[in-house]
Amino acid sequence: MSATMIRVEGTSKSFGRVRAVQDVTLEIGRGEFVALLGPSGCGKTTLLRLIAGFEAPDTGTVRIGETLVAGGAWVPPERRHVGMVFQDYALFPHLTVARNVGYGLPRGGREARVREALGLVGLADHGGRYPHQLSGGQQQRVALARALAPEPSVVLLDEPWSNIDPVLRSSMRDELAAILRATGVTVLLVTHEQEEAFSLADRVALMREGTIVQAGTPEEIYYGPATRWAAEFVGAANVLPGRLADGLVETLVGRFPAPNGDEPGDVEVLVRPELVALAPDPAGEGEVVCREFRGHDIFYRVRLGDGTTVCSQRPSNESIPLGARVALRPHAGRVALFS
Amino acid sequence: MPAWPCGRTPAVSPSSRRPPLLLGAAAVTVVALVCLPLAYLVVRVVDGGFDAWSVLGRARIAELVANTALLVVLVTGAALVLGVPLAWLVTRTDLPGRRLWAVAAALPLVIPSYVAALVLLAAFGPRGFLQQVLEGPFGVERVPEIYGLPGAVLALTISTYPYVYLLAAAALRDLDPALEEASRSLGRSRAETFRRVTLPVLRPSLGAGALLVALYTLSDFGAVSLMQYSSLTRAIYVQYRSLFDRTPAAALALVLVVLTAIVLLLEYYARGRVRYHRRAPGTVRPPQEIRLGGWRWPALAFCGAVVGFALVLPLAVIGYWLERAVSLGRDLGDVWGPAVNSILASTLAAGVAVAAALPVAVLAVRYQAGWTRALERLSYSSNALPGIVIALSLVFFGANYAGFAYQTLALLVFAYVVRFFPQAVASSHSALLRVDPRLEEAARGLGKSPRRAFASITAPLVAPGLLAGAALVFLSTMKELPATLLLAPIGFDTLATEVWTATTVAAYSEAALPALLLIVFSAPFVYALTVRRGPGVDAPG
Repeated sequence: MSATMIRVEGTSKSFGRVRAVQDVTLEIGRGEFVALLGPSGCGKTTLLRLIAGFEAPDTGTVRIGETLVAGGAWVPPERRHVGMVFQDYALFPHLTVARNVGYGLPRGGREARVREALGLVGLADHGGRYPHQLSGGQQQRVALARALAPEPSVVLLDEPWSNIDPVLRSSMRDELAAILRATGVTVLLVTHEQEEAFSLADRVALMREGTIVQAGTPEEIYYGPATRWAAEFVGAANVLPGRLADGLVETLVGRFPAPNGDEPGDVEVLVRPELVALAPDPAGEGEVVCREFRGHDIFYRVRLGDGTTVCSQRPSNESIPLGARVALRPHAGRVALFS
Repeated sequence: MPAWPCGRTPAVSPSSRRPPLLLGAAAVTVVALVCLPLAYLVVRVVDGGFDAWSVLGRARIAELVANTALLVVLVTGAALVLGVPLAWLVTRTDLPGRRLWAVAAALPLVIPSYVAALVLLAAFGPRGFLQQVLEGPFGVERVPEIYGLPGAVLALTISTYPYVYLLAAAALRDLDPALEEASRSLGRSRAETFRRVTLPVLRPSLGAGALLVALYTLSDFGAVSLMQYSSLTRAIYVQYRSLFDRTPAAALALVLVVLTAIVLLLEYYARGRVRYHRRAPGTVRPPQEIRLGGWRWPALAFCGAVVGFALVLPLAVIGYWLERAVSLGRDLGDVWGPAVNSILASTLAAGVAVAAALPVAVLAVRYQAGWTRALERLSYSSNALPGIVIALSLVFFGANYAGFAYQTLALLVFAYVVRFFPQAVASSHSALLRVDPRLEEAARGLGKSPRRAFASITAPLVAPGLLAGAALVFLSTMKELPATLLLAPIGFDTLATEVWTATTVAAYSEAALPALLLIVFSAPFVYALTVRRGPGVDAPG
């Protein structure tokens, strides 16, 4: 990781009796794209606002670059050089697009920089419009251009797609991510959508009830969640009883290589549904009790002899009818253990 | 509210259905009747009124217009200077006791301008309360002159600044805090943010508040008359009373209408074409409270001074006169007769106004078309008609064409309805907008007949809004003075005319009880309409 751009250390913030953020420590490297992922009310927006300077921490510190901005010192938001894209964009309704984008710029060279920033988001010829004359997607791009225009070292995004039509969301997401990547700016994105966080971020910090449960790459979090809650929050999960011995873990579904460094004994095993392969077999131990066709894949629920239900996700060209008897096979892949 | 229903698009699909004939006919008749006074005034002035200009003299008219304009500018300015900081303090800071201040600052709305004027005269006028207090120990025999411009500005500011305050406070509460935060994160300080983002975004609300104040001031008759300030309304009244030929009064009334129309147009254009979208509904993080620190003492002093002057002083003075009248065993006058008259006339006006407004609003909301919208807009034209103008026009009309109606309760109520019709239409309009026609369709889908659907769904949803509109008209009518003076049947005294009569002869102790009753009757309405409900609707009295 390159030099640290944002460092939050031991930071807590309460509102009355609600402890929104509790003893959070998080480091974000220069140029990194990090997503803060968690259910609503987990404190992720508060953490973002602590970094932006709209809230002051009760304890702990916040550093941006080399500068201590909160905790023992206080740098107001206007001197933190942090760009922010708000949930509802917060475009100034009384200013044109160009004047919105130019709002944070010094007078000298303002026009050129506004043109540049609007060009970056593909709205070069919309400078004279007012925000209410733009579509939701265009408003969002103006908000991004406004945040990027002063060339901040950090951009914070607060659920930027929550008001966008789901049909448009993924294309807008790619667009915005491409713009951000091109500028090389450090990005912290707050979202409650797992897919969004995984597809965009270099690293994901998973938050729950004011604390960061786990931080890591999307793969690390998906296949190696630190807790059962984390496992279930980021995707469909089979958590099965298992027995660990000789570097292998034995489950109802079959045998998987165990992650390193675990003591032999009884464990709970996370097996993602795509690691459970099904083979039609009249003498098989399972019966397909539920089948959801999802286009590129099919999601099955299989009931075993002892009543346990196991989920399986298979490519849709391997179709098995509802009610069929199946045998379960482990698919090569990584499982996680909880003791 | 004089304002037109704000540019909200209703959840109604513009229907291509034709409205029922009866509904259309009712609405057209109502609007035609509402427009009658203005139309007749124009006819009257054009028809031989041009001589009136020479009777009055161009210089005299210019002076009256200048006086009126000066008064409007000063009162509007003063209302903004008091109202905006008050609104900011109670909504955005940690001002101690701010909930209490928030209510107290709105309450002077219950004090009609002529009661404010009465109180100021009683307190600061010649031989007034202040002078008597100072005379004993200090031998002061004269206090600074209250009559004229200073008194008129003071009295009108007291009764109008709450309009600006309430609208500014509502706008501040409505303001998306993210706008200010966005400005901060773009490198602007708190002060710069206020100047470059908060104020401009508030501008439409401040404009609407200023418009209410300006309209109130233009149409005010009581305060300027008691303060003997030569504005147009007072001159109209004097002309009307003193000359056998009443045409000069009509000419002056037309000048006043033009001046009012200019103010309305000014506000319309100043508002500009930018429409500020409202914050999306739903829970939004409340704005951060600003800590006043050491500034809380000056802030408290400011709030205390405004509330003290606009609310406590009037109540104290009225209480004082009342106490003196009682302790000296003076006749308080027959106040119950006028009270009953006031309530009777106001109830009739409120009922008729809402009933008449309903067809107009239903047409405009449910049968959108060019002509229904035009009809509704036309019904707002009374916003440009001060009470004295309507009264004058009806006096002429009654004397010339409808002698049977002249000096009847019916004509008085008609004047009230014309005067406050915009309030009734605006309330009905927004009440109807709250009912999605799909709710009615859902009821139909569940097997109810159109009539049952209307009775069980639409009526209960619309009723509170209509009641609020009726309350507003009731309140405004209670306080109305000039139309009552000109049109009330002989012997039909109201609380407003009682206060007026007593004050003109400086019989303050006789004015005290009716003034107090006016305030007492108005207070619950003002509280319900403004403080609890938010200042969605309000209007000059």
